[in-house]
Amino acid sequence: MRLLFQGAAITTMVISALIFFVLARGAISFLVQIDWDLSKLSDTGWFPRRERFDLRTIIVGSVIMGSVAMLVAVPLGLGVAVYLSEYARPGVRRVLKPIIEVLAGVPSVIVGYFVLRFIAPDLVANIFQPTNVRNMLAAGIGIGILVIPIMASISEDALRAVPDALREASYGVGARKVTTVTKVVIPGAISGLVAAFIIATSRAIGETMVATMAGGFDGSGPFTGYSPLESGLTMTAAMTNAVGGTDQDVGGASFEVLYFVGMLLFLITITLNVFGDRLVKRIRHRY
Amino acid sequence: MALMTPSRAGEAAAETVRAGITKKDRDVAGIAMLIGLLLAMILTLLALFALLAQVVSESASLLSARGLDFVTSPIGSDPDKIGIWSGLFGTIVIGVMVLVVAIPMGVAAAIYLEEYAHHESRLNRMIMVNIRNLAGVPAVIYGVLGFIIFTQWLSPITGGKSAIAAGLTMAVLVLPIVVITSMEAIRAVPSGLRDAGYGVGASRWETIRDHVLPYAAPGILTGTVLSIARALGEAAPLIIIGAVTGLLPETSLTGFFSAVPILIFQWTGRSQPPNSEFAFTESAAAAGLVLLIIVFFFNAAAIYLRNRFERKRSGQ
Amino acid sequence: MSNVSDRIGFLERGLDMSDALKPAVHPTAGETSERTAEVVFDLQQLSVLYGDFRAVRDGTLQIRDQQITAFIGPSGCGKTTMLRCFNRMNDFIPTARVEGKVLYHGVDLYDPAVNSTEVRRRIGMVFQKPNPFPKSIYDNVAYGPRLLGVKKRSQLDEVVERSLQGAALWDEVKDRLKESGLGLSGGQQQRLCIARAIAVEPDVILMDEPCSALDPIATGRIEELMAEMKTDYTIVIVTHNMQQAARVSDRTAFFTTEINPDSDRRTGILVEYDRTDKIFSNPADQRTEDYVTGRFG
Repeated sequence: MRLLFQGAAITTMVISALIFFVLARGAISFLVQIDWDLSKLSDTGWFPRRERFDLRTIIVGSVIMGSVAMLVAVPLGLGVAVYLSEYARPGVRRVLKPIIEVLAGVPSVIVGYFVLRFIAPDLVANIFQPTNVRNMLAAGIGIGILVIPIMASISEDALRAVPDALREASYGVGARKVTTVTKVVIPGAISGLVAAFIIATSRAIGETMVATMAGGFDGSGPFTGYSPLESGLTMTAAMTNAVGGTDQDVGGASFEVLYFVGMLLFLITITLNVFGDRLVKRIRHRY
Repeated sequence: MALMTPSRAGEAAAETVRAGITKKDRDVAGIAMLIGLLLAMILTLLALFALLAQVVSESASLLSARGLDFVTSPIGSDPDKIGIWSGLFGTIVIGVMVLVVAIPMGVAAAIYLEEYAHHESRLNRMIMVNIRNLAGVPAVIYGVLGFIIFTQWLSPITGGKSAIAAGLTMAVLVLPIVVITSMEAIRAVPSGLRDAGYGVGASRWETIRDHVLPYAAPGILTGTVLSIARALGEAAPLIIIGAVTGLLPETSLTGFFSAVPILIFQWTGRSQPPNSEFAFTESAAAAGLVLLIIVFFFNAAAIYLRNRFERKRSGQ
Repeated sequence: MSNVSDRIGFLERGLDMSDALKPAVHPTAGETSERTAEVVFDLQQLSVLYGDFRAVRDGTLQIRDQQITAFIGPSGCGKTTMLRCFNRMNDFIPTARVEGKVLYHGVDLYDPAVNSTEVRRRIGMVFQKPNPFPKSIYDNVAYGPRLLGVKKRSQLDEVVERSLQGAALWDEVKDRLKESGLGLSGGQQQRLCIARAIAVEPDVILMDEPCSALDPIATGRIEELMAEMKTDYTIVIVTHNMQQAARVSDRTAFFTTEINPDSDRRTGILVEYDRTDKIFSNPADQRTEDYVTGRFG
């Protein structure tokens, strides 16, 4: 029995090793395909079929959509967390918490649909008049909606980990609720809140469907600058688009860039997650 | 004070005290804070309800006109005739694969890490860190892994780009979630229960089977259900391993496959052909509604299980 | 110190005190502090309920200025619950409500016009477990004054020093005010919490088993400190430790539990309230005698 269980546990290590191996092998193969001509990685725009792989285009795209997402998710997710943890009566909390969990369960492809059918045409286009209905702002808002529940749930855990004794100490010297929350509870939970931010950021950068559907470019496009009202391409969208249609040729640089971008994405998100995880652990040790 | 009689002193003190503690200073910061928090809460709920309203309203006329026909029809190019049956088949296969592959394996790994492993050992600490990291790897990267392993290396078994390959990929994707939630459930088992098992001479496995797992079962089940819901809603890995929306055999485990999220993805981006009654986006909304119902069903089951579980615990 | 001689006076005359359940309304000649000291808290038929459950009922007693009043009794007898009514800390338990009155200098604390934040600024609290904020020693003490709007560094420095001296902690920490309060020993942490409480210059300090998490030496320090603080503050202390009540307090209230016949749950009741020496040497109620002589609880 023991061996069987141990085998299952070790399989998880094997999975990590395989992910790394597959991505590294593919990334090297990609570099071989482009003859190690690294100038292609800083050529103008992302045009895989013309072997122009400007990393800046997709990295800036990811950063812009991720930033928009976090601008949505941080205030809303944190607000929801503080409300549920500090203000909501138990009865209200029992109703609202499952609703937030329902939001966490909405598949990203449905959020992508929602962005294309409502947020982009009816909200963003009406207010900001962008050149293309599908743009990074609309996609970023959609990603933000997806990330709110993660932000809210990790933050709420961090806030609830602050012992009640500290709240009482604050009330005991005549502090109001708002002071207690801002001066004692939030500072006490700060490493958990930062962790929530980092993990949510990692999730936003790794989010694929909304960016693919609503970002505005179908697999290739020029570098459009730093305005979120332009169309853009994320690393994740570059990956889904590299695969393209159903009967694409496997091989060729335009396909194998999938692995190279995947490696990049893997390294970025793993760094963020390791960092966030450390902070979560720190708050657990503290109290 | 000594010169005053106690009652006079008391009255004077009462006046000052009353003035002090009935001071009505408006708590502007507190009110602003509460308004801000309520606003965040309301906007979040609004986003959810707007999404649901959009899906329901856009799918209403199509579903009322076609009803169950939409669920049982195959995919195709005529938006008035298409349905989600082929996608639903792929989605069901994915759910079953997760159930038979990821759940037993994840629970086994959790049992090992919680019940057998020495928490201090380097290897086990590495395994733990690794599992947490795996849980944070973007879904699209699992797609790349599944593409190489399940559609290429294991193609003799899976048949290449197939529903089986998709199911296995999703099983790998949710494995870390199953391990983590199962570990939490097992960790919540009071150690007294284990001692009770050992105390009557049961072996470790017997103790786990008879005492630990039954106690942890609701928690494990919650994690299981949530991970299935997650697997059914994912689309990105399926795009990478090559889900299709064109012609495909309706119900093949090893042939070309599709899944409901893939249909939504494809139909959302397609424009309405002339002379058709319904737009592809209406089909996308209808498929979205079906997927939401499936996913919410699993989520609701998980929430229900967890609440019952918590109530049972606190009642003890 | 004058209160020490007062206490000796009590001990000498202890046995001929009149019924202390109506304390100081008709004071005996010579009981100067009893007579002139103001009534700070006047509890009238106070009960606390959690939902339908009556945790403690019918508390009627008066607490006077510049005295230490101890609440003793077995676990679950409602002494902490009752103490937490004195500065409305029970407000934070959603199901808790009170019946009866808590008059503070004649003002009902549960009157709707009363601002509970202002109440807590006047009636400070020290808790069972030392609970310093995860901030520096300085910031812990300065927390309250900052709430009151003190911003000037020099003023804050002064308050911090005075409060830490008042809590007999200054000499031990004056060179490391910037270090975390969590780095102090348990006894020091509790004195830091006392310093934090007195930094807002309250009238009353409530102490909820302040020494239960401390070793005997640290407990001794806190007890000495309480005797010193008595000249400036009215102190109410909940304690499990009868010797502590006997050592530090002027008056003692003994609570016990009675089993509710309907629900099998225990409700706390106030059995006897009197001068400490009387409670410990010649209690009026048999239950008190059983408890203080160790036959119960």
